[in-house]
Amino acid sequence: MATIHPKLSEELSQTTVSPTQSVKLKIKRSNPNVNSDEKFDDFVVPIEKWTTVLDALLDVKSHLDHSVGIRYSCRQASCGSCGMKINGKPGLACFTKISELNSDTITVEPMDNYPVVRDLAVNFDRMINNHKKVMPYVIREDSEIDAESGVREFLQSPENVEKYIQFSSCIKCGLCNSACPTMAMDKTFVGPQALAQAYRYIADDRDKGKNKRLKVIDESHGIWRCHFAGSCSQVCPKGVDPAMGIQLLRGYLLGIRD
Amino acid sequence: MERETGAREGLKGWLNPGKIGKFGIERLAWLLMRLTGLGLLAYFIGHIYETSHILDGKAVWDKSLEMTQTTEGHLFLALVIGMCVFHTGNGIRLMIAQMGYGIGKTERPDYPYKPQSINMKGKACIYATLGMAALAMWYGMAVMFS
Repeated sequence: MATIHPKLSEELSQTTVSPTQSVKLKIKRSNPNVNSDEKFDDFVVPIEKWTTVLDALLDVKSHLDHSVGIRYSCRQASCGSCGMKINGKPGLACFTKISELNSDTITVEPMDNYPVVRDLAVNFDRMINNHKKVMPYVIREDSEIDAESGVREFLQSPENVEKYIQFSSCIKCGLCNSACPTMAMDKTFVGPQALAQAYRYIADDRDKGKNKRLKVIDESHGIWRCHFAGSCSQVCPKGVDPAMGIQLLRGYLLGIRD
Repeated sequence: MERETGAREGLKGWLNPGKIGKFGIERLAWLLMRLTGLGLLAYFIGHIYETSHILDGKAVWDKSLEMTQTTEGHLFLALVIGMCVFHTGNGIRLMIAQMGYGIGKTERPDYPYKPQSINMKGKACIYATLGMAALAMWYGMAVMFS
């Protein structure tokens, strides 16, 4: 029979295991396909220091109520699927630790300014349509496929990359559009997500589609509806800072920037 | 079919004081900019209506002026002064930001991703504008009530 070394035994006995705490998770439930009722369901879930809101929601789904509707995928703030309103502020469920919320009650609701599909899942059609409208790709007459030498590259200096690299981190989670007060009132506003992406491609010196994009955003429900509340930048989980992109984008329309 | 109603927060997204607590002084500045803009527009229309009384003769004109010579009238005018100063000061801040000044520089973002456009320069400008509006209101009231 194996024996435990006395010293090791002593160390093991001194290891403190963190006591499991619990929080009340209030989940907003609704199913517009069935009726217009909305209610909050409460669940008590155990948490550790590292438990995220998504972990807690999956705990509820696994053990308490498997009918809770959520959208998630990567669990590491890369896919942008699990955006929701957490204690009143838009955030990614997988990127928000419960221990950092400093609250015994966590309220999760679907993001504002999007139609609800069911419970915490919302419809991104409007955001994706606006994203497509600003042509989120490099526009050029010529091609990277060269007939004589095969494939070539459009070269770019590291200095130029710095001009737009932060805006290329957008994961289309939609939190910025949810936090934006203009989106709350104007159903045709193009939104901070699309505007920041317009800047990302206009600032890219490989791109030749500046005028096309400026034409799209320079309209009555376009860029001029933004009044720099900055809420979009405050909720962005990837440091994109859409508010900065929008102000820089205005420079092109005002003739300050080429 | 997803529910379209409720897809937007509507006025709640503007006026909810909880939003200011969560999003900070920039959100308050945004709200006050809109409210003072609407207030000044209403004042402008009222002012045109009031001054149009001059066409009805001196007696009617004097009577319409008396409306502003009351305590309520003075408080209202002090509010107009405050709205004017805040809207002008914050408008200048926004124009400077729109020209690309005071919003930081683009760079590779690093965790914990603090947005550069939301910075102390902007916050200081907002507090200064609020202070100037309060000072102008106080001065206006001191003159009107003296």
